[in-house]
Amino acid sequence: MKKPELLVTPKSVEHIRALIQAGADAFLIGEQQFGLRLAGEFNIEQITEATKFIHHSGKKVYVAMNAIYHNDRVDRLASYMQKLSEIGVDAIVFGDPAVVMIKRETGIPIPLHWNPETIATNWFQANYWGKRGATRAVLARELSMDEIIEIKENAEVEIQVQVHGMTCMFQSKRPLLGHYFMYEGKAMEVENRKHARNMYLHDKERNSKYPIYEDLNGTHIFSPNDVCMIDELEELLEAEIDAFKIEGVLQSEDYVIAVTKCYRQAIDAYAESPDAYFDIKEELLAKIEEIQPKLRPLDTGFFFKETVY
Amino acid sequence: MTLLQNDHISEIHDGKRVIVKKPELLAPAGNLEKLKIAVHYGADAVFIGGQEFGLRSNAGNFSIEEIHEGVKFARKYGARIYVTTNIFAHNENMTGLEAYLRALENAGAAGIIVADPLIIEACKQVAPKLEIHLSTQQSLTNWKAVQYWKEEGLHRVVLARETSAEEIKRMKENVDIEIESFIHGALCIAYSGRCVLSNHMTARDSNRGGCCQSCRWDYDLYAVEDGESKPLFEEGNEAFAMSPKDLKLIESIPKIIELGIDSLKVEGRMKSIHYIATVVSVYRKVIDAYCADPDHFKIKQEWLEELDKCANRETASAYFEGAPGYEQQMFGEHGKQTKYDFVGMVLEYDEETKMVTLQQRNYFKPGDEVEFFGPEIENFTVVIDEVWDEDGESLDAARHPLQIVRFKCGHKLYPHNMMRKEMR
Repeated sequence: MKKPELLVTPKSVEHIRALIQAGADAFLIGEQQFGLRLAGEFNIEQITEATKFIHHSGKKVYVAMNAIYHNDRVDRLASYMQKLSEIGVDAIVFGDPAVVMIKRETGIPIPLHWNPETIATNWFQANYWGKRGATRAVLARELSMDEIIEIKENAEVEIQVQVHGMTCMFQSKRPLLGHYFMYEGKAMEVENRKHARNMYLHDKERNSKYPIYEDLNGTHIFSPNDVCMIDELEELLEAEIDAFKIEGVLQSEDYVIAVTKCYRQAIDAYAESPDAYFDIKEELLAKIEEIQPKLRPLDTGFFFKETVY
Repeated sequence: MTLLQNDHISEIHDGKRVIVKKPELLAPAGNLEKLKIAVHYGADAVFIGGQEFGLRSNAGNFSIEEIHEGVKFARKYGARIYVTTNIFAHNENMTGLEAYLRALENAGAAGIIVADPLIIEACKQVAPKLEIHLSTQQSLTNWKAVQYWKEEGLHRVVLARETSAEEIKRMKENVDIEIESFIHGALCIAYSGRCVLSNHMTARDSNRGGCCQSCRWDYDLYAVEDGESKPLFEEGNEAFAMSPKDLKLIESIPKIIELGIDSLKVEGRMKSIHYIATVVSVYRKVIDAYCADPDHFKIKQEWLEELDKCANRETASAYFEGAPGYEQQMFGEHGKQTKYDFVGMVLEYDEETKMVTLQQRNYFKPGDEVEFFGPEIENFTVVIDEVWDEDGESLDAARHPLQIVRFKCGHKLYPHNMMRKEMR
């Protein structure tokens, strides 16, 4: 059996060291100017440092360039990609076709991972972007297990699936927190909001809590639950999904380290034998439940949920 | 930078500048009646939903036969029909696509509005006569991505609602492709295609037409401090809300035309025929007046007032004139009632007897002051005198939906003119 790559989103260079110890195979880093909803901010110097360290450990590093770009930022893409090429990162994660255009024009040889989040919903699109330079497609989190497996069966590119953490369900260009505070005349909150990542919206009818924050890319709202597939990995492993992602946004460093260890154990156990995995999966789930923040229930996302339209 | 299409926006004719690149006015229609009204009231093109592969599963959607009939009707006016096929498909939606696209082509649709490359590529293969327009669902926000879609052979791109006039200008300067931009109607507060609130809250897939507009609900905002939740609102504060005011760019039309934007889109396949007729006829007048004499153009107060007669929400310019502030959102109670009821549609007018035959669309009675409007007439108001039913019986009121009634009107009227009544 081919083991899936275990991809994590670190907060800092120090965090990367600990995550390598915990068993991560690959890292997604970047900064909000170019990438969306990152666990930590890594400028070019930090990307350089992190890449050296990650490569020294024989692991992979991917840089997020999946923002929705307006003209002003398009002007900066080529020089940023050039720098990433010099640093020698292993892939660029994109959603906007502008990145494909810049890669074509400049001949920068870095492979692309296609990740537009919500709209990556079928295998045709995965292969379409494959023909345009992508070596991997990152699937929408709103797909079912059956849909994911059918995509993998028909895909000519690697398939990445998020197995843990929260998912974004909304991005607006408008600064919605700032607007609310301005409407209410709360100048202090308007200023403070830029760094605050501790807010949530309460939906009384569903008794759900949706994390919300603002940054350069607008306002982001997240799922009320954290996906946790630690005890449901069999089908994904059997299908030979190429990469499992643990999303670390809005989680603590220690939490991500602990969760990474659990998935490392699960993948290694399954590679040994499915029985070895079955023997430990309940225990792994219990470990995660123990450290789970009380405001964040665990669930299995859309893997086993029916959506209508 | 050389200007591309912008070179030919205006010319001097007999010492007077006129617009030679007149943009298309594109209207929505949820059914055949709305399509006909949109075209009759001055739309150059109409976009409709078919029964498959489109968003707005709640909007009235067209069968292939209805599309064919709509196309035939539109052609008499030189108008074009586009069909929305703008879902992001899941695997299960991939079958039947080719036959559907061929059927649209055979029905005479001019193009499809599409977001998923699966449908783009299928269309190129099996229905090459259809134009391919990139849907706003792709949230297209920069000129480089516009260039990408141009190189992919698309005829037109519909921009993200988050693009400004300045941004559009640069797209037009750099890429020779038709650009369609929204000028009027409801907005998503999120980048289109990037919102799955409905999926989470109601298990309805927003990107396949299931959007339940969760963004328009009220929420309470909290912060977590030391593991405890603390409300960020006090007694008497309004709830956190994300509802944007509707888009209205009537006063930006001159700038839009000078930018060379090719198609001006009105949102609202679910809207009524009264809404469509009102919005289309007002923008028709503004575009025509500007194009005829751009250097002496002035927006008329009566156009603004007319447009307001079908509005049911507050309006704003969103991103076109620069980043919208908090005042372009709605907090708290913000119900704005439509000021006018659509009460009747003219079927016939007899010039000799001055008798109008009208289909009732809402309650009215003798003594009511009503306003007539339509593409052939200037708006006028009259007080209704005696009203008769089809059998010549005098009525104390027109009470029944779609009832045929008659009354006398001194002004000449035409079929499909509409009658509205101010609500009190």
